[in-house]
Amino acid sequence: MSADDVTMMARRRPGWAAWLMLAPLLLWLAAFVVVPTGILAFYSFCQRDELGRVVFSFSPESYARVFDPVYLRIFGRSIWYAALTTLVCIGAGFPVAWFIARVSEKWRHRLLLLVMIPFWTSFLIRTYAWITILKSDGLLSALLQYAGLIAAPLELLYTPVAVVIGLVYTYLPFMILPIYSSAEKLDGSLLEAAHDLGCGPWRVFWEVVVPLTKPGLYAGILLVFVPAIGMFAITDLMGGARVPMIGNVIQNQFFQARDWPFGAALGVVFTLMFVVSYWLLQRRGAGATR
Amino acid sequence: MTPMVELRGVTKRFGAFAAVEDVSLAVRAGEFLTLLGPSGCGKTTLLRLIAGFETPDAGSVFLGDHDVTDTPPYRRNVNQVFQSYALFPHLTVRENVAFGLRMQKTPAAERERRVSEAIALVSLDGFEERKPHQLSGGQRQRVALARALAPRPEVLLLDEPLSALDAKLRQSMQLELKRLQRQLGVTFIFVTHDQEEALTMSDRIAIVNRGRIEQLGTAQDIYHAPATTFAAGFVGQSNLLPAELLARDEATVRVRMEGGLELQLPASCWPAAAKRVVLSIRPEKLHVSKTPVVAEISFPARVEEEIFKGAVDHLTLITDSGSKLEAVVANESALLEAIHRGDRVHCGLHADDLVVLRAD
Repeated sequence: MSADDVTMMARRRPGWAAWLMLAPLLLWLAAFVVVPTGILAFYSFCQRDELGRVVFSFSPESYARVFDPVYLRIFGRSIWYAALTTLVCIGAGFPVAWFIARVSEKWRHRLLLLVMIPFWTSFLIRTYAWITILKSDGLLSALLQYAGLIAAPLELLYTPVAVVIGLVYTYLPFMILPIYSSAEKLDGSLLEAAHDLGCGPWRVFWEVVVPLTKPGLYAGILLVFVPAIGMFAITDLMGGARVPMIGNVIQNQFFQARDWPFGAALGVVFTLMFVVSYWLLQRRGAGATR
Repeated sequence: MTPMVELRGVTKRFGAFAAVEDVSLAVRAGEFLTLLGPSGCGKTTLLRLIAGFETPDAGSVFLGDHDVTDTPPYRRNVNQVFQSYALFPHLTVRENVAFGLRMQKTPAAERERRVSEAIALVSLDGFEERKPHQLSGGQRQRVALARALAPRPEVLLLDEPLSALDAKLRQSMQLELKRLQRQLGVTFIFVTHDQEEALTMSDRIAIVNRGRIEQLGTAQDIYHAPATTFAAGFVGQSNLLPAELLARDEATVRVRMEGGLELQLPASCWPAAAKRVVLSIRPEKLHVSKTPVVAEISFPARVEEEIFKGAVDHLTLITDSGSKLEAVVANESALLEAIHRGDRVHCGLHADDLVVLRAD
C-alpha cells in the first residue's frame, strides 16, 4: 500500500458502523462538554442579586468586569506560569523522552513504566508529599542545612517557585510521553544520514531531530500548557493562595463570592483563549508534518 | 599509487561475535568495488567502518593518506546511499539534495547550481519540490543517490541500494549506476548479496564470508578461478565434489570423487601435497552429448532430471558409479541432438575447466 492509499483511507467519510462505535464518545461529549459549556455561556450573560442568586436578565456586564486590570493581571500571570512550566517541561522532558526512545526495547518498557508510576498514587497525596519536601522545616531545607549549603531554613513553600515546581512535577509525564512517541518513530538511519552528509551532533538536533519530533512536541505543549493555566489545586496547596491563578479566581467566584455570572464569563473567555491557541498550534503542527 | 580507501587488519566485534575479523583491503581510486556475501557475513559492517558509523576494535582505516580510524562520519569525505534511503521526510527533494552542501557551507549560488546538476544527473528534473512520501521507490532511490553525490565525495558507499526495487527497475538501475560511476570517476564501494548485481557492475569483487574476505578479484577471476569452495558456490553455480587421491605418476593423477566416479587427470592440476580436495566444475563447462566425446576427461552418465529453462536445459546427471553432477546445455533444435530424461550420455571436460580447491 502506498502512502497515498493510506491517506485516501484516512480521509474516507465514516460509515454508520463508525458512527455507532463513536456514539459513546459523542454522547459523553454532548452531556459533559457541549451542554455544560452552553449553560456556562448562558449564565455568563445573566446577573446576580445581593444574595448571590442568579437573575435571568441579559447583561454583558460580567464581560466588562473580566477586562478589569486586576483580572487581566491574573490572566497574564497564569499564562506566564503555564509558559514557564511548559518550557521547563520541554527542557527536562525532551532529553528523557529521547533517551527512552533510543535504548533497547527491554529498557524502553521499564523506563516508560517509571514515567507512569506517579499516576498510581492520588494526585493530592503526591502534592502533599511535595509540601512535606518543600516546607521550611521540610526534607529539602533540612538536607541543605545539614550539608551546610544554607544557614537559615528554606522559605520555598507558598512562593511562585513552589507553584512552578508543583506544576512541572504534575505535568512532566504529559510532555515526556508524546515526545517519546514521536522520537521512537524516528528512523535512526536518518541521524546517520545527516552525520554522513557532514552534520555534527548539535546541528543534527536542530536540523533533523527537532523537525521530526515536532508533532510530539506540539502535543506535549498542548497537554502541559492548557491544563497548567487552569490549575487551581496546586496554586492553592503549594502557593498558599498567595499567588492566585485564573483557576483559583474562577473557583472563588462559584464557591466563595457566589457570583456565578462573573465566574461563567471568566470561564468562557478562558475557554475561548484555549480554542484560539489550539487552532494556532494545529495549523503550525499540520504545517510541520506535511 | 596510494589506495583511495584502505583497511589494515580491521576487526570489529559485537559482544562475542566478530562481525569483521582481521580484514585488509585496498580500494583503488575510481574503481567500482563490490563487497559480495550472504546476509550476516560482515559486508555491511565493513561499509559502516569506512563510513565511520563503527569504530574498529583493532586495525585502522585510511582514506587516501589520512588515518581516519577515529574520525567521526561528519568529518569524512565519504557519503553513503542507505538501504532504506534514509531521506529526510520533512525536506523536499531539492532540500534533501542540498543538505550536504549546506553542511559544507557552499555559497548559495554554487549550491543551487550543484543541486540542479545532481538532480539532472539522476533524471529527477521536475520533482524538486516533492516530499519523499510523494515519490515512488525508484525515485526515492535516485534522490538518495543525488543527495550522496552532490557534496562530491571521494568515495560513495552503497548499502544494498537496489534491494527494495522490483526486478526490472533493478536491472536498469544497475546499468545506470555503472554509467554514473564511469562518468563521474568516483570510487564506488557497493554492498550486495546478489551475485548477478556484483557481476554486472563491478570492476572488482570482494567475496565476504564470516567476517573475512575470501577472494578479491575481477568477476572473471572469481568465476573462472574461485579461490575457495565458498566463492565457487556463491558466485555462479558449481558442482562441488570432494575428491581423494588414489594414485599418481609423472603425468597423471587418479582420483575418486564423492559418489565413486574415478577420473584420470593431468598431474599439473593437482596441488603437490594434497590428499583430499574439492573439485569445482561449472555446469556449463560439462560437454554433454549422446555420441562419444573427445576430451581430456570423459565419462558416461545417465540423465536423471531435465528442466527446460528456455535458452538452456538444466540436466541432473548420475554417473555409472553414482556421482551426481549438474550440467547446463544449450537447447539444440536438431531432434537427434535433443537430450531427455533417461538418456545415456557422454560427458567431456577440459582439465582447465576443473578447479581444484582446498577441502575445508
